[in-house]
Amino acid sequence: MALLEIENLTVSFKTSSGPFKAVDGVSLTCDRGEILSIVGESGSGKSVAMLALMGLLPWTATVTADAMRFDGRDMLQLGAKDRRKIIGKDIAMIFQEPMSSLNPCFTVGFQIGESLRIHLGMGRAERRERAIELLNLVGIPAPEKRLNQFPHQLSGGMSQRVMIAMALACDPKLLIADEPTTALDVTIQAQILDLLVGLQESHGMGLILITHDMGVVAETAERVQVQYAGQKVEQQNVRALFSDPHHPYTQALLSALPERATRHGRLPSIPGVVPGQGDRPAGCLFSPRCQYATERCTREAVRQDEEFGFALCNYPLKDGQPTGYPETAEAAP
Amino acid sequence: MLRFFLYRLALVIPTFIGVSIVAFAFIRLLPGDPILLLAGERGITPERYEQLQAVYGFDRPVIVQYLDYVAGILQGDLGTSLVTKRPVLQEFFTLFPATLELALCAIILAVVIGIPAGVFAAVKRGSWFDQSIMGVALTGYSMPIFWWGLLLIIFFSGFLGWTPVSGRISLLFFFEPVTGFMLIDSLLSGQAGAFKSAVSHLILPTIVLATIPLAVIARQTRSAMLEVLGEDYVRTAKSKGLAPKRIIGLHALRNALIPVVTTIGLQVGVLMTGAILTETIFSWPGIGKWMIDSVGKRDYAVVQGGLLLIASVIMIVNLAVDVLYGFINPRIRR
Repeated sequence: MALLEIENLTVSFKTSSGPFKAVDGVSLTCDRGEILSIVGESGSGKSVAMLALMGLLPWTATVTADAMRFDGRDMLQLGAKDRRKIIGKDIAMIFQEPMSSLNPCFTVGFQIGESLRIHLGMGRAERRERAIELLNLVGIPAPEKRLNQFPHQLSGGMSQRVMIAMALACDPKLLIADEPTTALDVTIQAQILDLLVGLQESHGMGLILITHDMGVVAETAERVQVQYAGQKVEQQNVRALFSDPHHPYTQALLSALPERATRHGRLPSIPGVVPGQGDRPAGCLFSPRCQYATERCTREAVRQDEEFGFALCNYPLKDGQPTGYPETAEAAP
Repeated sequence: MLRFFLYRLALVIPTFIGVSIVAFAFIRLLPGDPILLLAGERGITPERYEQLQAVYGFDRPVIVQYLDYVAGILQGDLGTSLVTKRPVLQEFFTLFPATLELALCAIILAVVIGIPAGVFAAVKRGSWFDQSIMGVALTGYSMPIFWWGLLLIIFFSGFLGWTPVSGRISLLFFFEPVTGFMLIDSLLSGQAGAFKSAVSHLILPTIVLATIPLAVIARQTRSAMLEVLGEDYVRTAKSKGLAPKRIIGLHALRNALIPVVTTIGLQVGVLMTGAILTETIFSWPGIGKWMIDSVGKRDYAVVQGGLLLIASVIMIVNLAVDVLYGFINPRIRR
């Protein structure tokens, strides 16, 4: 059994203009020692799905799922109190904005020590020793000095290292990294990614890496799940995904990578935007932006099997060509 | 921290000079002559009037009077009351404990009720609890103090007879002041019922004086909490699996308190002006009532000295708040 199994997760938010589905029937699994990457544009429901697992969504959110199992326990059945015994201990999460994710009023040492005290019941001296060990682990020089510093005395990269140290405090089985490098300088991004991957290997934990950056995916992940407008549109191993994307959206994302645009000229982009609350199309959500869309795509989108990376597409791509595409495609209205 | 403190201390000096000028000029700009008022309805002969003007030094140019006054202050002499002939400083320190006792009780009441009310309102925002708390706070903030005080007296003292109407303690009790704080002195006196009497006299003035600061603190706490609860570090705290009590009471409140402490400091000024009205309504023998009486009698020395001392108290409190601010907000330390 996989470490984390989520089946058919749906999250909808109450808004003044009616419910909004941020996550729409997403399933995912992540095993011990595995790096799963969730990729997608802003608004594709990557973070919301993970926040739902952590129970960090505001009260306006409604979470439903066929199953949400972590380490053999059904997270859906857990009360708030029991869930708090798992999150921060066995599942830890780091966020996009390291500078604002640390509490400005407390020292680094206090914030790292907090989980140690609450989950492991460590005493003061023990906590200090473990915090120094953790700061060493995430590559912070002179940890004894850093313990007594406040977040405003740290740089962005340093703050993210502290966040990682905090997340690792109780040796979690699963670490969720929500765009951990987006807010950082390019040089620091690579360091933080190397650190995360190194720690994942040495601790043998599962790592779910949420990102919108295909470059990050290529460098780190083993398995990739592509999300679009709250739906999972494709799932493949990273190498296969890059060489033979099955969903037109994945193909479009990859061809928008500057490294891949070999010919001179304009960088290809995907026309249009991710549909929001008011303009969700019927059928395939990507159809208005898809170059292969037919009339059928405005009615339905079928889930393919493993051969086509579970692509949610009527005409999954094979070697860049749509399969089963009608000879004389009637143009989408 | 020490440099920060010394810098703040240095800023007190120009403020002090400004206050001394304003206090000195203000009472002299008011129409009315202290000597004529002292003479009362009996009247006074022109010769005697001029003689008294010379005695009090009012015949000299205003600038000379001011410099003379400042020279006195520098030697710790704030002048002598024209009415009671006692040194202003001595009168102030006799009456100040009464005001301090009232103000302390009021600010404690305002903080102890205002901060939790604001926190709960923010946590349960939009609920009936939030809306009623904020409605009551707005009403309290808009309430004219003198009218509110009179309403309470009519209801609790007049109609229900639960609390006394005025004064600090029942006339049945008498003891020499030790600390000047009636609550402490009544306990020290060892007389049965004295403490209870002192408390019952303190209740209504405290409520009246605390009303506006309480409303301001509750509203400020609520808005600061609402802002902080949406911050990323609150999400981080939740992701650690901390209990809601700890997240709200420690992680969020600690940050929300930063603007609230500033507000509390500013309320001390409001408290002083409020004390003048409250003391007058409840015949509370503090400096507020003392100042009002002195303005009526154009007691120049008392009014200018009293204003200066009240301003000093406000400045000291604000200095203390600034230092406290440095403690709770690590970003401005160093």
